[in-house]
Amino acid sequence: MGIQGEGIGARVLRKEDKRFITGRGRYTDDIKIAHQTYAWFVRSPHAHAKIVSIDTSAALSAPGVVGVLTGADLADDKIGGLICGWTVNSTNGTPMQAAAHPAIAHDCVKHVGDQVAVVIAETREQARDAAELVAVEYATLPAIVDLKTARDPATPLVHPAIARNTVFEWSIGDKAATDAAFANAAKVVKLDIINNRVVPNAMEPRAAIAIYDSSEEKFELYTTSQNPHVARLVLSAFVGIAPENKLRVIAPDVGGGFGSKIYIYPEETVCLWASKRLGRPVKWVADRTESFLTDAHGRDHVTTAEMAFDAAHKVLSVRVHTLANMGAYLSTFASCVPTYLYATLLSGQYDIPAIYAAVDAVYTNTAPVDAYRGAGRPEATYLIERLMETAARELGVDPAELRRKNFIRKFPHQTPVIMNYDSGDFDKTLDAALKASDYAGFPKRREEAKARGKLRGIGFSCYIEACGIAPSAAVGSLGAGVGLWESAEIRVNPVGTVEVLTGSHSHGQGHETTFAQLVHERLGVPLDNISIVHGDTDKVQFGMGTYGSRSGAVGMSAISKGLDKIEAKAKTLAGHLLDAPVGDIEFTKGVFNAKNTNKSIAFGSLALAAYTGHSLPPGMEPGLKEGCFYDPLNFTFPSGCYICEVEVCPKTGTTKIVSFTVADDFGRVINPMIVEGQVHGGLAQGIGQAMLEGCVYDHTGQLLTGSFMDYCMPRADDLPMFNVQTTETLCTTNPLGMKGCGEAGAIGSPPAVINAITHAIGNNNLQMPATPEKVWRALRA
Amino acid sequence: MPKVSMTVNGRSVSGDVEARTLLVQFLRETLSLTGTHVGCDTSQCGCCVVHLDGRAVKSCSMLAAQADGSSVTTIEGIGSPEKLHPMQAAFREHHGLQCGYCTPGMIMAGIDIAKRHGGKVDEHTIRVELEGNICRCTGYHNIVKAIAAGASAMAGAKPLADAAE
Repeated sequence: MGIQGEGIGARVLRKEDKRFITGRGRYTDDIKIAHQTYAWFVRSPHAHAKIVSIDTSAALSAPGVVGVLTGADLADDKIGGLICGWTVNSTNGTPMQAAAHPAIAHDCVKHVGDQVAVVIAETREQARDAAELVAVEYATLPAIVDLKTARDPATPLVHPAIARNTVFEWSIGDKAATDAAFANAAKVVKLDIINNRVVPNAMEPRAAIAIYDSSEEKFELYTTSQNPHVARLVLSAFVGIAPENKLRVIAPDVGGGFGSKIYIYPEETVCLWASKRLGRPVKWVADRTESFLTDAHGRDHVTTAEMAFDAAHKVLSVRVHTLANMGAYLSTFASCVPTYLYATLLSGQYDIPAIYAAVDAVYTNTAPVDAYRGAGRPEATYLIERLMETAARELGVDPAELRRKNFIRKFPHQTPVIMNYDSGDFDKTLDAALKASDYAGFPKRREEAKARGKLRGIGFSCYIEACGIAPSAAVGSLGAGVGLWESAEIRVNPVGTVEVLTGSHSHGQGHETTFAQLVHERLGVPLDNISIVHGDTDKVQFGMGTYGSRSGAVGMSAISKGLDKIEAKAKTLAGHLLDAPVGDIEFTKGVFNAKNTNKSIAFGSLALAAYTGHSLPPGMEPGLKEGCFYDPLNFTFPSGCYICEVEVCPKTGTTKIVSFTVADDFGRVINPMIVEGQVHGGLAQGIGQAMLEGCVYDHTGQLLTGSFMDYCMPRADDLPMFNVQTTETLCTTNPLGMKGCGEAGAIGSPPAVINAITHAIGNNNLQMPATPEKVWRALRA
Repeated sequence: MPKVSMTVNGRSVSGDVEARTLLVQFLRETLSLTGTHVGCDTSQCGCCVVHLDGRAVKSCSMLAAQADGSSVTTIEGIGSPEKLHPMQAAFREHHGLQCGYCTPGMIMAGIDIAKRHGGKVDEHTIRVELEGNICRCTGYHNIVKAIAAGASAMAGAKPLADAAE
């Protein structure tokens, strides 16, 4: 614990809160630029259609309209299409089939909501009114919606040049060893699983403001991004908007992301292009319907999963086949989600000798699918933990003990699917959750519920996940188009206040507080004197942004390494100023002391000395500023045990979560308050997926769940208070021992919920979301 | 264009607006009070909750013209960074916010819940009363705690709560 209780491990209240609780946050839609215009997109009402003609004349003469632009204009100006930044090869070596993704559809629309034109006017209402005057003639084509039949030879094609609607046929693991293990198994359990499509629904809809300064030929883009530097890189290098030094991207306060704001979408490209073409700033703000139609969705797998056991109930093997829906286009990182972020986690917490997974990714006429909180890891965890619970039931053994029998206990542990777990203590999290949930008292609670006419069930989930995707060379070898390091720059000002520039981006995670806690712990500077700067490519040189629970494990590691350099230089200077050998300088609580003397200098005074430069050691440059690019040695592996207890009403099928207990091992925790908050939010999203949320397209590709009226977001009265505890085994591969906490809740909770409900109703055949109707039917099946 | 006049955060304001202008648009665009947010288009999310003549309303669900002559209080009007309203302070104290986008609506709804149910409002009541406010970050756990604590503080001997409105 640092001085004043503000360092690592302290429950410090958030520095950023005051602006948010007083209405002084600065989100993209809050920003007004002089002479700004407003964009409204004309979007396809059809899932799949040829664009026969577009008549913009009526819209162009509507009041306030500044311009109406189409895909033909975009092509004329040679603006490039959007890209997928991770190349995944099929098992036979063929690269993935990436279809062209124009920022405005030109010949053909591929999903409902695909943009076909943009109307730009003086006011948002004028743009919206005029958009209704754009006359688009379509010739509709058959819509490919059903994932299970999308690869049938008779199914029409989403993209004419891409056979069988197949992006790739990928696989991992040893098929022969897996098949042999299954052939010799004493027991095999098998499940057909649908991992339901969900819509991220950050509360702030996506938005962008593009400004072009013709005198400097420079663009500025305010955007709702989790990673503004990656946005700049893609918009510059691939879309071709402008060279990087002529494109500033700012992600100001961002109202949640959950993955959906990682990607580079068509709208930012169009606003940038239009701002130059029209000579006016262009602002676009999505309404919620557009979010449903065009934000990248999550999950959407159809899977057959099997687990083989020997006679002693040890897992021999796991075999998986998955169909993954990619939607109509490959979103920015879509390809890595059902492959390297998914099948590499199929060993779970268990020592499994052989694993084989085959994943076929397909195009459909639906919105693109990409990473959503957890991204691949929830899908993997769902399979393994549903299989484990099912096996326990079929073998007639306690689900906790079956898991315990198969836990990995020696680290590092090399799984058969790439991952090398550095650390963990799965018994510890299981024991903590068993105790906190009073597992021993469950039979009594079940009896008591029965007396009230309720069916009570309990379900487990022992998850492991992988955060801080790295090292860069490894992900590069797997097809990533970027490195996944992080940067930090520590600027100590002359009076000893500190600015930290980070390539991470905070959109709810509280970095302005936790990152400052680390600096405080190391330098002893009060939190108020530490500022965290992020989200602006003109301020922070480069960074990879925030997703995959990477900001602590990777972003803070970069800061920590930068602080090492600050401390090293400061100690050298202190030795010089105190006339003592550097090796005798101790730095505690913000003061440098020369060992065995009464000589000392405070950090602030030392900083001033560094900047005056009046007395520096020979060869030392003035100033106190250091940077670091930190490339992790390995992924980090948070893990935990979740126990869900439910009561089902047999008459109505309604399920109430009566308790939800979690024990997470996140390694080093910087701020327990913030970590618990991250867990709560993840749990709500996982429980939402398990019980409430389901994105539904009809057979013509119309989105039936296109608003909060139709898509069931978790509300306060759908959820319980959560019983959260943490254990700590430190990550061995980064300087702080941190593992990451942002996604665990969403990864671990869905199988715990479904295991609990199926336990309550005595029918294991239940798919997510377990709505009252589905549960009611399962009770009567 | 119709002219609307109302009292917003204790100040008399007026403006010419299109007849279709929503109250939230008037607050955000005309008055630049951007603390009130828009999170949906079906009046489900509650990011836009303000107080109209002392009652919580969704400012996306009424026209600016309908608020003509009324007194409106927004998140900017209940407290300041220097002098927080007890409900604002409770949200910070209990980590009842993450990204902050739903927060103004949650706080305004929370104050309304406290006023109607008093300082001892229970968890179940708070959860049911939050039916019209969606948060994607917090799982509601800390929002429920914050509203309970804020309600308790408002019921205590702290005149700040009423003085602000």
